[in-house]
Amino acid sequence: MSNPRYWRENPSRYNLIGRRCENCKGVFFPPREICPKCRRKSLGKMKAYKLTGKGKVYSFTIVHDPMPDFTLMKPYIMAMIEMEEGVRLTGQIVDCEAEKISIGMDVESTFRKLGQEGGSGIIRYGYKFRPV
Amino acid sequence: MRDVAIIGVGDTKFGELWEHSIRDIGMQAGLSAVSDANIAGEQIEALYIGNMAAGSLIEQEHLGALVSDYSGLSALHIPAVRIEAAGASGGMALREGYIAVASGMHDIVMVAGAEKMTDVTDEEIPTIQMAGGDQQWEGISGSTMASLFAMMARRHMHEYGTTRENIASVPVKNHKNGAMNPNAQYQKGITMDTVLKSPMVADPLGVFDCAPISDGAAAVILAPLDIAKKYSEQPIKIVASAAATDTLALQHRESLTRIDSIKVASRNAYKTAGIGPKEIDVAEVHDSYSIAEIISIEDLGFFEKGKGGPATLEGMTEINGVVSVNTSGGLKARGDPMGATGVAQAVEIARQLRGKGEKRQVNNAEYGLSLNMGGTGGTSVVHIYRRL
Repeated sequence: MSNPRYWRENPSRYNLIGRRCENCKGVFFPPREICPKCRRKSLGKMKAYKLTGKGKVYSFTIVHDPMPDFTLMKPYIMAMIEMEEGVRLTGQIVDCEAEKISIGMDVESTFRKLGQEGGSGIIRYGYKFRPV
Repeated sequence: MRDVAIIGVGDTKFGELWEHSIRDIGMQAGLSAVSDANIAGEQIEALYIGNMAAGSLIEQEHLGALVSDYSGLSALHIPAVRIEAAGASGGMALREGYIAVASGMHDIVMVAGAEKMTDVTDEEIPTIQMAGGDQQWEGISGSTMASLFAMMARRHMHEYGTTRENIASVPVKNHKNGAMNPNAQYQKGITMDTVLKSPMVADPLGVFDCAPISDGAAAVILAPLDIAKKYSEQPIKIVASAAATDTLALQHRESLTRIDSIKVASRNAYKTAGIGPKEIDVAEVHDSYSIAEIISIEDLGFFEKGKGGPATLEGMTEINGVVSVNTSGGLKARGDPMGATGVAQAVEIARQLRGKGEKRQVNNAEYGLSLNMGGTGGTSVVHIYRRL
Protein backbone atom coordinates (compact mmCIF):
# COMPACT_ATOMS: atom_id res chain seq x y z
CA MET A 1 0.00 0.00 0.00
CA SER A 2 1.36 3.43 -0.84
CA ASN A 3 1.70 6.01 1.89
CA PRO A 4 0.31 9.24 0.40
CA ARG A 5 -3.27 7.99 0.79
CA TYR A 6 -2.58 7.63 4.52
CA TRP A 7 -0.82 10.98 4.85
CA ARG A 8 -4.05 12.81 4.06
CA GLU A 9 -5.29 11.66 7.44
CA ASN A 10 -2.14 12.48 9.41
CA PRO A 11 -3.76 15.24 11.54
CA SER A 12 -6.28 12.70 12.79
CA ARG A 13 -3.88 9.81 13.08
CA TYR A 14 -1.18 11.82 14.87
CA ASN A 15 -3.35 13.90 17.18
CA LEU A 16 -6.68 12.05 17.40
CA ILE A 17 -8.59 14.86 15.73
CA GLY A 18 -12.17 13.75 15.10
CA ARG A 19 -15.36 15.74 14.62
CA ARG A 20 -18.10 16.94 16.91
CA CYS A 21 -21.59 17.61 15.61
CA GLU A 22 -22.63 21.02 16.94
CA ASN A 23 -26.25 20.02 16.49
CA CYS A 24 -26.38 16.86 18.66
CA LYS A 25 -22.94 17.16 20.34
CA GLY A 26 -22.07 13.65 19.13
CA VAL A 27 -18.34 12.92 18.77
CA PHE A 28 -17.00 10.99 15.77
CA PHE A 29 -13.67 9.47 14.87
CA PRO A 30 -12.36 9.34 12.17
CA PRO A 31 -13.67 12.66 10.86
CA ARG A 32 -16.89 12.60 8.87
CA GLU A 33 -18.68 15.56 7.35
CA ILE A 34 -22.26 14.35 7.87
CA CYS A 35 -23.59 13.31 11.28
CA PRO A 36 -25.47 10.00 10.91
CA LYS A 37 -28.04 11.15 13.48
CA CYS A 38 -28.67 14.73 12.29
CA ARG A 39 -27.80 14.31 8.59
CA ARG A 40 -28.59 17.55 6.69
CA LYS A 41 -28.94 19.58 9.87
CA SER A 42 -25.28 18.79 10.58
CA LEU A 43 -23.93 20.16 7.28
CA GLY A 44 -21.27 22.74 8.02
CA LYS A 45 -21.56 22.00 11.74
CA MET A 46 -19.06 19.17 12.05
CA LYS A 47 -16.17 20.84 13.86
CA ALA A 48 -12.70 19.49 14.60
CA TYR A 49 -12.58 17.88 18.04
CA LYS A 50 -9.52 16.41 19.75
CA LEU A 51 -9.97 13.25 21.78
CA THR A 52 -8.17 13.03 25.13
CA GLY A 53 -6.68 9.66 24.17
CA LYS A 54 -7.99 7.97 27.31
CA GLY A 55 -10.31 5.00 27.18
CA LYS A 56 -11.09 1.43 28.20
CA VAL A 57 -10.65 -1.89 26.41
CA TYR A 58 -14.04 -2.85 24.91
CA SER A 59 -12.83 -6.05 23.23
CA PHE A 60 -9.51 -7.52 22.11
CA THR A 61 -7.77 -10.36 20.29
CA ILE A 62 -4.25 -11.65 19.71
CA VAL A 63 -3.44 -11.71 15.99
CA HIS A 64 -1.35 -14.70 14.88
CA ASP A 65 -2.08 -14.59 11.15
CA PRO A 66 -1.59 -10.96 10.03
CA MET A 67 -1.43 -9.12 6.73
CA PRO A 68 2.11 -9.14 5.20
CA ASP A 69 2.97 -5.63 6.46
CA PHE A 70 2.52 -6.80 10.05
CA THR A 71 4.34 -10.15 9.97
CA LEU A 72 7.30 -8.92 12.02
CA MET A 73 4.99 -7.81 14.86
CA LYS A 74 3.14 -11.09 15.34
CA PRO A 75 1.65 -12.13 17.62
CA TYR A 76 0.23 -8.70 18.50
CA ILE A 77 -2.76 -7.44 20.45
CA MET A 78 -5.59 -5.77 18.51
CA ALA A 79 -8.26 -4.06 20.52
CA MET A 80 -11.33 -1.95 20.27
CA ILE A 81 -11.08 0.92 22.72
CA GLU A 82 -14.06 2.85 24.04
CA MET A 83 -12.73 6.38 24.45
CA GLU A 84 -14.00 8.57 27.27
CA GLU A 85 -15.90 10.62 24.67
CA GLY A 86 -17.93 7.47 23.91
CA VAL A 87 -16.54 6.82 20.43
CA ARG A 88 -14.66 3.55 19.73
CA LEU A 89 -11.30 3.17 18.00
CA THR A 90 -9.54 0.08 16.68
CA GLY A 91 -5.83 -0.16 17.42
CA GLN A 92 -3.02 -2.26 18.79
CA ILE A 93 -2.15 -2.43 22.49
CA VAL A 94 1.59 -2.26 23.14
CA ASP A 95 3.86 -2.35 26.20
CA CYS A 96 1.64 -5.02 27.70
CA GLU A 97 1.72 -8.80 27.92
CA ALA A 98 -1.19 -10.54 26.20
CA GLU A 99 -2.22 -12.40 29.38
CA LYS A 100 -2.70 -9.11 31.25
CA ILE A 101 -5.33 -7.63 28.91
CA SER A 102 -8.93 -7.66 30.02
CA ILE A 103 -12.18 -6.01 29.00
CA GLY A 104 -12.58 -2.74 30.91
CA MET A 105 -8.84 -2.15 31.36
CA ASP A 106 -7.75 1.53 31.28
CA VAL A 107 -5.54 2.51 28.36
CA GLU A 108 -4.24 5.67 26.73
CA SER A 109 -3.18 6.43 23.18
CA THR A 110 0.49 6.56 22.23
CA PHE A 111 2.21 7.74 19.04
CA ARG A 112 3.88 4.81 17.28
CA LYS A 113 5.09 3.44 13.99
CA LEU A 114 2.18 1.64 12.30
CA GLY A 115 4.03 0.19 9.34
CA GLN A 116 5.94 1.02 6.22
CA GLU A 117 5.49 1.06 2.49
CA GLY A 118 6.93 -2.16 1.04
CA GLY A 119 10.01 -3.93 2.41
CA SER A 120 12.24 -0.88 2.92
CA GLY A 121 9.84 1.96 2.33
CA ILE A 122 8.66 5.08 4.03
CA ILE A 123 7.33 4.79 7.56
CA ARG A 124 3.77 5.66 8.52
CA TYR A 125 2.88 6.65 12.05
CA GLY A 126 -0.30 6.81 14.07
CA TYR A 127 -1.94 5.82 17.34
CA LYS A 128 -1.63 2.64 19.37
CA PHE A 129 -2.67 2.16 22.97
CA ARG A 130 -0.88 1.20 26.20
CA PRO A 131 -2.04 0.40 29.70
CA VAL A 132 -2.30 3.35 32.10
CA MET B 1 -43.96 -6.56 -9.43
CA ARG B 2 -44.14 -10.11 -10.77
CA ASP B 3 -43.49 -13.29 -8.84
CA VAL B 4 -40.05 -14.77 -9.58
CA ALA B 5 -38.87 -18.37 -9.54
CA ILE B 6 -35.59 -20.23 -9.78
CA ILE B 7 -35.91 -22.62 -12.73
CA GLY B 8 -32.38 -23.98 -12.84
CA VAL B 9 -29.32 -24.32 -10.61
CA GLY B 10 -25.71 -25.32 -11.16
CA ASP B 11 -22.36 -25.21 -9.41
CA THR B 12 -18.80 -26.45 -9.57
CA LYS B 13 -16.97 -28.32 -6.90
CA PHE B 14 -15.48 -25.82 -4.43
CA GLY B 15 -11.85 -26.07 -3.42
CA GLU B 16 -8.37 -25.60 -4.81
CA LEU B 17 -9.11 -25.93 -8.51
CA TRP B 18 -5.56 -25.49 -9.82
CA GLU B 19 -6.37 -26.66 -13.32
CA HIS B 20 -9.31 -24.28 -13.82
CA SER B 21 -9.46 -20.54 -14.48
CA ILE B 22 -12.35 -18.24 -13.56
CA ARG B 23 -13.50 -18.57 -17.21
CA ASP B 24 -13.72 -22.35 -16.86
CA ILE B 25 -15.60 -22.40 -13.59
CA GLY B 26 -17.96 -19.53 -14.51
CA MET B 27 -18.83 -21.33 -17.74
CA GLN B 28 -19.18 -24.72 -16.04
CA ALA B 29 -21.62 -23.46 -13.38
CA GLY B 30 -23.59 -21.47 -15.97
CA LEU B 31 -23.82 -24.40 -18.36
CA SER B 32 -25.10 -26.75 -15.68
CA ALA B 33 -27.74 -24.21 -14.61
CA VAL B 34 -28.88 -23.72 -18.22
CA SER B 35 -29.16 -27.46 -18.70
CA ASP B 36 -31.02 -27.87 -15.39
CA ALA B 37 -33.49 -25.17 -16.51
CA ASN B 38 -34.13 -26.79 -19.88
CA ILE B 39 -33.57 -23.52 -21.67
CA ALA B 40 -31.38 -22.62 -24.62
CA GLY B 41 -28.55 -20.16 -24.00
CA GLU B 42 -30.11 -17.62 -26.37
CA GLN B 43 -33.14 -17.30 -24.08
CA ILE B 44 -30.97 -15.60 -21.45
CA GLU B 45 -31.73 -11.89 -21.62
CA ALA B 46 -29.23 -10.60 -19.06
CA LEU B 47 -26.37 -11.78 -16.88
CA TYR B 48 -25.55 -10.74 -13.29
CA ILE B 49 -22.17 -11.80 -11.92
CA GLY B 50 -21.34 -11.77 -8.20
CA ASN B 51 -17.61 -11.33 -7.68
CA MET B 52 -15.73 -9.65 -4.88
CA ALA B 53 -12.11 -9.27 -5.82
CA ALA B 54 -11.06 -10.46 -9.28
CA GLY B 55 -9.10 -7.22 -9.69
CA SER B 56 -6.89 -8.05 -6.70
CA LEU B 57 -6.89 -11.82 -7.14
CA ILE B 58 -6.33 -12.27 -10.86
CA GLU B 59 -5.91 -8.69 -12.12
CA GLN B 60 -9.09 -9.03 -14.13
CA GLU B 61 -12.08 -6.69 -14.00
CA HIS B 62 -14.98 -6.50 -16.46
CA LEU B 63 -16.33 -9.92 -15.50
CA GLY B 64 -19.74 -9.26 -17.04
CA ALA B 65 -18.33 -9.33 -20.55
CA LEU B 66 -15.83 -12.08 -19.67
CA VAL B 67 -18.41 -14.54 -18.37
CA SER B 68 -20.88 -13.72 -21.13
CA ASP B 69 -18.14 -14.26 -23.74
CA TYR B 70 -16.85 -17.57 -22.38
CA SER B 71 -20.38 -18.84 -21.85
CA GLY B 72 -20.76 -18.56 -25.63
CA LEU B 73 -23.13 -15.60 -25.47
CA SER B 74 -20.95 -12.89 -27.04
CA ALA B 75 -22.75 -12.96 -30.40
CA LEU B 76 -26.05 -12.30 -28.61
CA HIS B 77 -24.69 -9.05 -27.11
CA ILE B 78 -26.77 -9.30 -23.94
CA PRO B 79 -26.25 -6.89 -21.05
CA ALA B 80 -23.96 -8.37 -18.37
CA VAL B 81 -22.71 -6.72 -15.21
CA ARG B 82 -20.55 -7.62 -12.23
CA ILE B 83 -21.97 -6.85 -8.78
CA GLU B 84 -19.69 -6.24 -5.78
CA ALA B 85 -20.65 -6.07 -2.10
CA ALA B 86 -17.63 -7.85 -0.55
CA GLY B 87 -18.68 -11.31 0.73
CA ALA B 88 -22.29 -10.46 -0.12
CA SER B 89 -21.59 -9.98 -3.84
CA GLY B 90 -23.35 -13.21 -4.84
CA GLY B 91 -26.46 -12.51 -2.77
CA MET B 92 -26.58 -8.97 -4.11
CA ALA B 93 -26.26 -10.26 -7.71
CA LEU B 94 -29.19 -12.61 -7.04
CA ARG B 95 -31.19 -9.63 -5.80
CA GLU B 96 -30.35 -7.60 -8.92
CA GLY B 97 -31.45 -10.50 -11.12
CA TYR B 98 -34.61 -10.88 -9.04
CA ILE B 99 -35.41 -7.17 -9.41
CA ALA B 100 -34.90 -7.35 -13.18
CA VAL B 101 -37.39 -10.20 -13.55
CA ALA B 102 -39.85 -8.93 -10.93
CA SER B 103 -39.99 -5.51 -12.58
CA GLY B 104 -40.76 -6.95 -15.99
CA MET B 105 -37.54 -5.61 -17.51
CA HIS B 106 -36.38 -9.13 -18.37
CA ASP B 107 -37.96 -12.58 -18.49
CA ILE B 108 -35.13 -15.07 -18.21
CA VAL B 109 -31.84 -14.03 -16.58
CA MET B 110 -28.80 -15.83 -15.27
CA VAL B 111 -27.21 -14.97 -11.93
CA ALA B 112 -23.75 -16.42 -11.42
CA GLY B 113 -21.15 -16.02 -8.70
CA ALA B 114 -17.51 -16.85 -9.25
CA GLU B 115 -14.20 -16.33 -7.48
CA LYS B 116 -10.71 -17.65 -8.17
CA MET B 117 -8.70 -17.26 -4.97
CA THR B 118 -5.83 -19.73 -5.26
CA ASP B 119 -3.97 -17.86 -8.00
CA VAL B 120 -2.38 -15.66 -5.29
CA THR B 121 -0.30 -16.83 -2.34
CA ASP B 122 -2.04 -17.45 1.00
CA GLU B 123 -0.16 -14.48 2.51
CA GLU B 124 -1.99 -12.06 0.21
CA ILE B 125 -5.49 -13.23 1.17
CA PRO B 126 -5.94 -11.40 4.53
CA THR B 127 -5.35 -8.03 2.83
CA ILE B 128 -7.89 -8.83 0.10
CA GLN B 129 -10.47 -10.05 2.63
CA MET B 130 -9.89 -6.96 4.76
CA ALA B 131 -10.97 -4.82 1.78
CA GLY B 132 -14.49 -5.81 2.85
CA GLY B 133 -13.93 -3.84 6.05
CA ASP B 134 -12.48 -0.34 6.50
CA GLN B 135 -8.90 -0.45 5.18
CA GLN B 136 -8.14 3.17 6.11
CA TRP B 137 -9.13 2.92 9.77
CA GLU B 138 -9.19 -0.78 10.69
CA GLY B 139 -6.74 -2.37 8.26
CA ILE B 140 -3.96 0.19 8.73
CA SER B 141 -3.69 -0.62 12.43
CA GLY B 142 -3.23 -4.34 11.75
CA SER B 143 -6.83 -5.55 11.93
CA THR B 144 -7.60 -8.60 9.85
CA MET B 145 -11.15 -9.76 9.12
CA ALA B 146 -10.50 -12.67 11.52
CA SER B 147 -9.41 -10.26 14.27
CA LEU B 148 -12.65 -8.26 13.96
CA PHE B 149 -14.77 -11.41 14.28
CA ALA B 150 -12.54 -12.51 17.17
CA MET B 151 -13.41 -9.29 18.98
CA MET B 152 -17.10 -9.96 18.32
CA ALA B 153 -16.61 -13.48 19.72
CA ARG B 154 -14.89 -12.24 22.86
CA ARG B 155 -17.62 -9.69 23.44
CA HIS B 156 -20.33 -12.36 22.91
CA MET B 157 -18.58 -14.55 25.48
CA HIS B 158 -18.34 -11.58 27.86
CA GLU B 159 -21.96 -10.44 27.53
CA TYR B 160 -23.79 -13.76 27.25
CA GLY B 161 -21.47 -16.36 28.72
CA THR B 162 -21.07 -18.04 25.33
CA THR B 163 -18.34 -20.67 25.68
CA ARG B 164 -15.48 -21.65 23.42
CA GLU B 165 -17.19 -25.06 23.00
CA ASN B 166 -20.44 -23.32 21.95
CA ILE B 167 -18.55 -21.50 19.22
CA ALA B 168 -16.55 -24.57 18.16
CA SER B 169 -19.76 -26.55 17.70
CA VAL B 170 -20.46 -24.52 14.54
CA PRO B 171 -17.53 -25.86 12.46
CA VAL B 172 -18.07 -29.37 13.89
CA LYS B 173 -21.68 -29.36 12.62
CA ASN B 174 -20.78 -27.76 9.29
CA HIS B 175 -18.04 -30.30 8.60
CA LYS B 176 -20.50 -33.07 9.42
CA ASN B 177 -22.87 -31.62 6.78
CA GLY B 178 -20.08 -30.96 4.28
CA ALA B 179 -19.15 -34.65 4.46
CA MET B 180 -22.51 -35.34 2.77
CA ASN B 181 -22.08 -32.75 0.00
CA PRO B 182 -20.19 -34.07 -3.04
CA ASN B 183 -19.33 -30.49 -4.13
CA ALA B 184 -17.94 -29.37 -0.76
CA GLN B 185 -14.28 -28.44 -0.36
CA TYR B 186 -13.98 -30.52 2.83
CA GLN B 187 -15.99 -33.73 2.91
CA LYS B 188 -14.72 -34.90 6.24
CA GLY B 189 -16.10 -34.70 9.76
CA ILE B 190 -14.00 -33.15 12.53
CA THR B 191 -14.13 -33.38 16.32
CA MET B 192 -14.56 -30.61 18.85
CA ASP B 193 -10.98 -31.29 19.92
CA THR B 194 -9.69 -30.56 16.42
CA VAL B 195 -11.31 -27.12 16.52
CA LEU B 196 -10.18 -26.32 20.05
CA LYS B 197 -6.59 -27.37 19.43
CA SER B 198 -6.19 -25.85 15.97
CA PRO B 199 -3.51 -23.17 15.59
CA MET B 200 -4.68 -19.69 16.57
CA VAL B 201 -5.57 -17.18 13.86
CA ALA B 202 -6.96 -14.43 16.11
CA ASP B 203 -7.56 -15.50 19.67
CA PRO B 204 -10.08 -17.05 20.54
CA LEU B 205 -10.60 -18.10 16.88
CA GLY B 206 -8.38 -20.80 15.39
CA VAL B 207 -7.88 -22.16 11.89
CA PHE B 208 -10.99 -24.35 12.14
CA ASP B 209 -13.17 -21.35 13.05
CA CYS B 210 -12.36 -19.68 9.73
CA ALA B 211 -13.77 -20.41 6.27
CA PRO B 212 -11.06 -21.58 3.85
CA ILE B 213 -9.60 -20.03 0.72
CA SER B 214 -11.56 -21.46 -2.21
CA ASP B 215 -12.15 -21.40 -5.92
CA GLY B 216 -15.65 -22.03 -7.18
CA ALA B 217 -18.69 -20.86 -9.07
CA ALA B 218 -22.45 -21.25 -8.81
CA ALA B 219 -25.34 -20.14 -11.00
CA VAL B 220 -29.13 -19.92 -11.01
CA ILE B 221 -31.61 -19.16 -13.79
CA LEU B 222 -34.55 -16.93 -12.87
CA ALA B 223 -37.87 -16.57 -14.69
CA PRO B 224 -41.32 -15.10 -14.01
CA LEU B 225 -43.28 -17.62 -11.93
CA ASP B 226 -46.14 -17.77 -14.44
CA ILE B 227 -43.91 -19.29 -17.14
CA ALA B 228 -41.59 -21.19 -14.78
CA LYS B 229 -43.53 -24.46 -15.05
CA LYS B 230 -42.91 -24.46 -18.79
CA TYR B 231 -39.23 -25.11 -18.11
CA SER B 232 -38.95 -26.73 -14.72
CA GLU B 233 -40.96 -29.46 -13.05
CA GLN B 234 -39.95 -28.03 -9.69
CA PRO B 235 -39.55 -24.27 -9.85
CA ILE B 236 -38.69 -22.67 -6.52
CA LYS B 237 -40.44 -19.41 -5.75
CA ILE B 238 -38.39 -16.55 -4.33
CA VAL B 239 -40.92 -15.14 -1.87
CA ALA B 240 -38.73 -12.31 -0.57
CA SER B 241 -35.52 -10.48 -1.39
CA ALA B 242 -34.13 -7.92 1.04
CA ALA B 243 -30.79 -6.22 1.55
CA ALA B 244 -29.54 -3.85 4.22
CA THR B 245 -26.34 -1.98 5.01
CA ASP B 246 -24.62 -0.71 8.16
CA THR B 247 -21.41 1.13 9.06
CA LEU B 248 -18.39 -0.13 7.12
CA ALA B 249 -16.17 -0.30 10.20
CA LEU B 250 -17.04 -2.53 13.14
CA GLN B 251 -15.91 0.15 15.62
CA HIS B 252 -18.91 2.35 14.73
CA ARG B 253 -21.56 -0.23 15.61
CA GLU B 254 -23.64 0.25 18.70
CA SER B 255 -23.07 -3.41 19.64
CA LEU B 256 -20.45 -6.00 18.68
CA THR B 257 -22.78 -8.90 19.47
CA ARG B 258 -25.54 -7.91 17.09
CA ILE B 259 -25.46 -7.35 13.32
CA ASP B 260 -28.15 -4.79 12.52
CA SER B 261 -27.98 -5.30 8.74
CA ILE B 262 -29.07 -8.92 9.35
CA LYS B 263 -31.88 -7.81 11.65
CA VAL B 264 -33.21 -5.23 9.18
CA ALA B 265 -32.85 -7.38 6.03
CA SER B 266 -34.50 -10.40 7.67
CA ARG B 267 -37.29 -8.35 9.24
CA ASN B 268 -38.11 -6.90 5.81
CA ALA B 269 -37.87 -10.32 4.16
CA TYR B 270 -40.19 -11.99 6.71
CA LYS B 271 -42.68 -9.14 6.23
CA THR B 272 -42.71 -9.55 2.45
CA ALA B 273 -42.98 -13.34 2.74
CA GLY B 274 -45.74 -13.06 5.33
CA ILE B 275 -44.03 -15.57 7.62
CA GLY B 276 -41.80 -15.54 10.68
CA PRO B 277 -38.51 -17.24 11.54
CA LYS B 278 -40.33 -20.30 12.95
CA GLU B 279 -41.62 -21.17 9.48
CA ILE B 280 -38.10 -21.54 8.07
CA ASP B 281 -37.11 -25.21 7.67
CA VAL B 282 -33.68 -24.84 6.14
CA ALA B 283 -31.23 -21.92 6.13
CA GLU B 284 -27.85 -21.19 4.61
CA VAL B 285 -26.11 -18.52 6.70
CA HIS B 286 -22.78 -16.72 6.41
CA ASP B 287 -20.35 -18.62 8.68
CA SER B 288 -17.23 -16.88 7.35
CA TYR B 289 -16.14 -17.26 10.98
CA SER B 290 -17.80 -19.63 13.47
CA ILE B 291 -19.04 -16.77 15.68
CA ALA B 292 -20.81 -15.23 12.67
CA GLU B 293 -23.17 -18.22 12.47
CA ILE B 294 -24.05 -17.86 16.15
CA ILE B 295 -24.80 -14.14 15.82
CA SER B 296 -26.69 -14.79 12.55
CA ILE B 297 -29.06 -17.43 13.93
CA GLU B 298 -29.87 -15.02 16.75
CA ASP B 299 -30.39 -11.95 14.57
CA LEU B 300 -32.45 -13.94 12.05
CA GLY B 301 -34.80 -14.65 14.96
CA PHE B 302 -34.23 -18.43 15.12
CA PHE B 303 -32.98 -18.16 18.70
CA GLU B 304 -32.99 -15.50 21.41
CA LYS B 305 -29.96 -13.22 21.68
CA GLY B 306 -27.27 -15.03 23.63
CA LYS B 307 -28.80 -18.48 23.04
CA GLY B 308 -27.26 -19.19 19.63
CA GLY B 309 -24.16 -20.86 21.07
CA PRO B 310 -25.91 -23.31 23.43
CA ALA B 311 -28.54 -24.02 20.73
CA THR B 312 -25.82 -25.06 18.29
CA LEU B 313 -24.01 -27.20 20.85
CA GLU B 314 -27.29 -28.94 21.70
CA GLY B 315 -27.83 -29.82 18.03
CA MET B 316 -30.81 -27.55 17.36
CA THR B 317 -29.30 -26.39 14.05
CA GLU B 318 -28.33 -29.83 12.80
CA ILE B 319 -30.18 -31.37 9.87
CA ASN B 320 -33.80 -31.89 10.98
CA GLY B 321 -33.16 -29.92 14.17
CA VAL B 322 -35.31 -26.92 15.13
CA VAL B 323 -34.00 -25.30 11.94
CA SER B 324 -31.46 -26.98 9.64
CA VAL B 325 -28.58 -24.53 9.23
CA ASN B 326 -25.86 -24.78 6.59
CA THR B 327 -26.79 -28.21 5.25
CA SER B 328 -24.28 -27.66 2.42
CA GLY B 329 -21.44 -27.50 4.95
CA GLY B 330 -21.62 -23.71 5.06
CA LEU B 331 -18.73 -21.47 4.15
CA LYS B 332 -16.50 -23.49 6.49
CA ALA B 333 -16.82 -26.91 4.85
CA ARG B 334 -18.41 -26.29 1.44
CA GLY B 335 -15.82 -23.55 0.91
CA ASP B 336 -16.01 -19.78 0.51
CA PRO B 337 -15.13 -18.48 -2.96
CA MET B 338 -16.27 -15.05 -1.85
CA GLY B 339 -18.42 -13.79 -4.76
CA ALA B 340 -19.76 -17.30 -5.46
CA THR B 341 -20.96 -17.94 -1.91
CA GLY B 342 -24.26 -16.05 -2.04
CA VAL B 343 -25.30 -17.83 -5.23
CA ALA B 344 -24.16 -21.21 -3.88
CA GLN B 345 -26.46 -20.64 -0.89
CA ALA B 346 -29.44 -20.21 -3.27
CA VAL B 347 -28.39 -23.38 -5.12
CA GLU B 348 -28.35 -25.40 -1.89
CA ILE B 349 -31.73 -24.06 -0.74
CA ALA B 350 -33.27 -24.83 -4.15
CA ARG B 351 -31.90 -28.39 -3.95
CA GLN B 352 -33.30 -28.84 -0.46
CA LEU B 353 -36.75 -27.51 -1.42
CA ARG B 354 -36.80 -29.76 -4.48
CA GLY B 355 -35.98 -32.75 -2.27
CA LYS B 356 -32.62 -33.20 -4.01
CA GLY B 357 -30.47 -32.81 -0.90
CA GLU B 358 -29.42 -36.47 -1.07
CA LYS B 359 -27.89 -37.68 2.21
CA ARG B 360 -28.24 -34.24 3.77
CA GLN B 361 -31.93 -33.77 2.81
CA VAL B 362 -34.11 -31.97 5.33
CA ASN B 363 -37.47 -33.73 5.84
CA ASN B 364 -40.38 -32.06 4.11
CA ALA B 365 -38.68 -28.69 3.68
CA GLU B 366 -41.14 -26.02 2.54
CA TYR B 367 -39.49 -22.68 3.36
CA GLY B 368 -35.79 -21.90 2.95
CA LEU B 369 -33.72 -18.80 3.76
CA SER B 370 -30.29 -17.59 2.72
CA LEU B 371 -28.22 -14.94 4.49
CA ASN B 372 -25.18 -13.63 2.64
CA MET B 373 -23.03 -11.07 4.44
CA GLY B 374 -20.25 -8.69 3.42
CA GLY B 375 -17.36 -7.76 5.74
CA THR B 376 -18.38 -7.67 9.39
CA GLY B 377 -21.98 -6.96 8.39
CA GLY B 378 -21.64 -3.76 6.34
CA THR B 379 -24.01 -5.55 3.95
CA SER B 380 -26.51 -8.36 4.52
CA VAL B 381 -28.73 -9.92 1.87
CA VAL B 382 -31.61 -12.20 2.84
CA HIS B 383 -33.72 -14.26 0.45
CA ILE B 384 -36.67 -16.46 1.38
CA TYR B 385 -37.69 -19.32 -0.91
CA ARG B 386 -40.73 -21.60 -1.04
CA ARG B 387 -41.41 -25.02 -2.49
CA LEU B 388 -44.45 -24.94 -4.81
